[in-house]
Amino acid sequence: MRHDHLITSKQLSRGDIETVLDYAAEIDADPSAVADRHAGTLLGLLFFEPSTRTKMSFETAMKRLGGDVVDMGPVESSSVKKGETLADTVRVIEGYADALVLRHPKQGAATMASEFVDVPLLNAGDGAGHHPTQTMLDLYTIRENAGLDDLTIGIMGDLKYGRTVHSLAHALTNFDTQQHFISPESLQLPREVVYDLHQRQNGTGIKEHDALEDVLPSLDVLYVTRIQRERFPDENEYQKIAGEYQIDADTLAAASDDLTVMHPLPRVDEIAPEIDDTDYAAYFEQAHNGVPVRMALLDLLLSEDESIGGEDDE
Amino acid sequence: MSSDHDHHDGNDDHELRVSKIRDGTVIDHVHGGQALNVLAILGIDGTKGEEVSVGMNVPSDRLARKDIVKVEGRELSQDEVDVLSLIAPDATINIVRDYDVVEKHRVERPNVVEGVLSCPNAGCITTGDEPVTSRFSVLEDGVRCSYCETIVRDEIASLIDT
Ligand SMILES: [Zn+2]
Repeated sequence: MRHDHLITSKQLSRGDIETVLDYAAEIDADPSAVADRHAGTLLGLLFFEPSTRTKMSFETAMKRLGGDVVDMGPVESSSVKKGETLADTVRVIEGYADALVLRHPKQGAATMASEFVDVPLLNAGDGAGHHPTQTMLDLYTIRENAGLDDLTIGIMGDLKYGRTVHSLAHALTNFDTQQHFISPESLQLPREVVYDLHQRQNGTGIKEHDALEDVLPSLDVLYVTRIQRERFPDENEYQKIAGEYQIDADTLAAASDDLTVMHPLPRVDEIAPEIDDTDYAAYFEQAHNGVPVRMALLDLLLSEDESIGGEDDE
Repeated sequence: MSSDHDHHDGNDDHELRVSKIRDGTVIDHVHGGQALNVLAILGIDGTKGEEVSVGMNVPSDRLARKDIVKVEGRELSQDEVDVLSLIAPDATINIVRDYDVVEKHRVERPNVVEGVLSCPNAGCITTGDEPVTSRFSVLEDGVRCSYCETIVRDEIASLIDT
């Protein structure tokens, strides 16, 4: 099936995901082969909330495909500040660009925006909702390090507001994975996400925990996310909780030697720097993978004759 | 006009109640206490002179207590019936013309309701100034915003966009 927009990881089948990851691997191996594929193509970057990395990663990907970007700039200096609706903004920028990348603080923003435009729209994060391109690079990194089937993954930290976590969890249900969600009670997965995960047929294993030590030895991958201070009314409460979800060399003594540690970055102090030079660390590699993965996604969405997932995998 | 049959004893006498309408709709077997929400869904607040009779918590065979709403001079659209089904899943709709029930059907739950409920999630794109019609998919036990995906199970009536 063909997708015109990439809004959530839920829309992607296993076949879709494999198509993108395989193509990203091809591009990674020989980026020059696609260097001119989209000469003259313009990608519109609409970032209604700051995200230097994601934005730069899309910009790099588009330029490496031979295209260029137009950027609406910071919200403070744009017409949005004057009260223009998102629906109007995307309809205007659609006139300049061949595809749009949208980051917006409101949940459902990408779904709504996609209803107003004909060019492909990629969701680069909508509030606490979805972040599917991050998921694709996460999956790429997981596949490179641990494979995607027969996988036991721990996802730890702020699972409530973490859109990268929600997108990843949905996508992983396409594979034979056991997912362990580790968080303080107040930052557990939203019930909506749990509902969806349980809706998926052929049951992916889903378990929730409040302590990493319960599951650490069984994990192939540990995906760590940041617990934000502003989620807690009181600094002491934050310090107490955050400390329990940080990892260092001592924590990992109980882990398998093959454990892969990931983090969507930026990190603050969730992962001690002493882990960086160990074989566990995959988070910088993960960040670098953003470019070939986004090149693959952009190319597939921008090419008339191709699509993500040429045929149904079912 | 309806005071006479308000005094009937407890048996299911809705045939009689129905017969009191000349042209319009009788919504019967509404769960007890939901009648005012039914009126809210229909956008009826009495200010436009609508002729409406409401029976609340009357004894019923099928439901222990039921509400019944009779609207004179108005036949419900399918959209309205669909939304009614969210708060009154057991309702029967009787269309009355010239004192006769000409159609009688049960409500059916739709897959989607549009432009009727507002999303309770303040972080949802539909809660701002965007030119977008709210849309909810109907689950077995609730509704779900098609934009932010929030699921609402209880108090669906409180989301009614009046
Ligand atoms: Zn919503």
